Amino acid sequence: MIPAIVVFLYLAAVLYIGIFAFRRARGKEEAEDYFLASRSLGPFVFLFSLFGTNMTAFAILGSSGHAFNNGIVTFGLMASSSGLVIPLTIFLIGTRVWALGKKYGFMTPVQMFRDRWECTHIGTVIFVVQAVLLVPYIIIGIMGGGTTLYTISNGLVPFWFGGAIVAMVVMSYVFFGGMRGTAWVNTFQTVLFLCFGAIALIVIGVGMGGFRSAAQAIQASPMASLLTRERISPYYFFSYTFIPLSAIAFPHILIFCLTARKMAQFKKTVIFYPICILAIWLPCVFLGVMANRVTDIPEIRAKQEARRVLATQGKNMEPEQRDELREQSAGDDVIMLLLHRYAPLWLAGLLGAGIMAAVMASDSQILALSTMFTEDVFAFYGGKSRFGEAVQVQTGRVFIILITLFAYAVALRAPETIFELAIQYAFSGFAALSPLLVAALFWRGSTKWGALAVTLWTAFAVVAVAVLQSVVPAPAPGPATVLWAPGGVEVLSRTPGGTAVFGFMPVVPMVIVSVLLMIVVSMMTRKPADSTLAKYFGGRKP
Amino acid sequence: MKKILLVVAVAVLYVLHQDIWFWRSSYLVFGFIPIGLFYQGMFSVAAALLMWLLVTYAWPSHLEQEVEETKPREDSAR
Repeated sequence: MIPAIVVFLYLAAVLYIGIFAFRRARGKEEAEDYFLASRSLGPFVFLFSLFGTNMTAFAILGSSGHAFNNGIVTFGLMASSSGLVIPLTIFLIGTRVWALGKKYGFMTPVQMFRDRWECTHIGTVIFVVQAVLLVPYIIIGIMGGGTTLYTISNGLVPFWFGGAIVAMVVMSYVFFGGMRGTAWVNTFQTVLFLCFGAIALIVIGVGMGGFRSAAQAIQASPMASLLTRERISPYYFFSYTFIPLSAIAFPHILIFCLTARKMAQFKKTVIFYPICILAIWLPCVFLGVMANRVTDIPEIRAKQEARRVLATQGKNMEPEQRDELREQSAGDDVIMLLLHRYAPLWLAGLLGAGIMAAVMASDSQILALSTMFTEDVFAFYGGKSRFGEAVQVQTGRVFIILITLFAYAVALRAPETIFELAIQYAFSGFAALSPLLVAALFWRGSTKWGALAVTLWTAFAVVAVAVLQSVVPAPAPGPATVLWAPGGVEVLSRTPGGTAVFGFMPVVPMVIVSVLLMIVVSMMTRKPADSTLAKYFGGRKP
Repeated sequence: MKKILLVVAVAVLYVLHQDIWFWRSSYLVFGFIPIGLFYQGMFSVAAALLMWLLVTYAWPSHLEQEVEETKPREDSAR
């Protein structure tokens, strides 16, 4: 119970920070202040809150859970590729969007797209697709909160109640503090979970009697493949480098780029981003793998047994039975189980608070959705001019309540593991939308029709993958189920973990087709006026 | 020339991420870190160094100047 109390104290501290930020901003009911903290964040807050915004439950719970079942490959799949691609996109795209925001007052990506491509309703279509793709990300936070509180309290706080508490706390400080509150809470949380990895590694390492013997025991066992990348194909590994393209296309990240006081504040973020990722992911992945060596935690043994049964007898089972075993073998809570077993009670609480910090990163997504709704829909369709800016901010606050309630309701019903839910829908979809930004900022020849084609294609592809995976059950671990192989070439397959197109994850063809559509459709349609192009490209020639 | 070298460095690092040469090795560095994990950890450090080079030698300072030159919106509204 002590760890749960520490976590509740942490939640109270988070609420206080959010409300403190609200007090600082009280008296001002301007949209730019509430949604963008008046574009005034300093270097320290900007670095830590931007990084924290991008680290969700997925970073700690999902990574260790994935590593538990798939081995060290998890780090190379998501962490190190993100450490290269994300800072690069912040450097190339984030800085440019910041400059345009400062010059022209943009508060959302859609505002920029509408201005850049001289479009109205196409912007609304982009808003809808972005909003629909963002919701799963919010659900992850609530699910992670429920799982964490349930595990920390040893089952005393049920999943539905833990999720409700997390949703309530996040909703409250976003509601009162807006971007300023969210940024300060994120900074506090990032400092916490940056400390988490190192402390967890040391405590669990000491508890296990050192990692050397555990690692060598795994190396000598049939589980040795967990120390390699044998369980993942090189095609799949390559595919994953496309996923981090999603980061800059996520509206909450792009909107966050608008909050910096000066462009120089991007420098530290770009340089330290890979190191921050290393500090969080490496310990979590390592611990996830090492958990396989733990023999005195019944829950972990049950997961291993479920994994073994799935691998050996899965082929002869009904799809529902396989799904059940998959859920039983899911490792999203292994790191919590390790802490429970090896950390002293008070430290388990502090480390649990560190996990909560990562879990609660859904605040920025909620605020971003609210910003997008009030700017791209409410203000754009005349609400701001008719009712004023104060009503616009209040509308944003009501939206925050509604979207949180909706996400909570879905989180209670969603059967997927945290990791799968995030990857399959939100990440791939936003990666496929990233060509919009590149085209808007770097290609004079791009048009609104190209943008529309990319957006519709992304929506179609995400739905198609979701439908395919719900219609065709996942096969047992081993060879994929080939669905379409004209002339013997395996074009479309259903794999145990998802879908493969020519052996690649769907994100690869999704991004490539997006790029092609942007190029082809733009070349066939009319460009924006010269005066608009001059705003973005100056006097440069095409 | 500087920018071309930086573009090449980014491309090289991207290729180096696909370290198929350690794919099946379970060798333990320092007796406990799997070689594949160690390599990717070092890759992250290399990525940070590359970002430092980009920030130092290819920083888009013209964007800052453009913002400075554009009269702040608040001022123009007054």
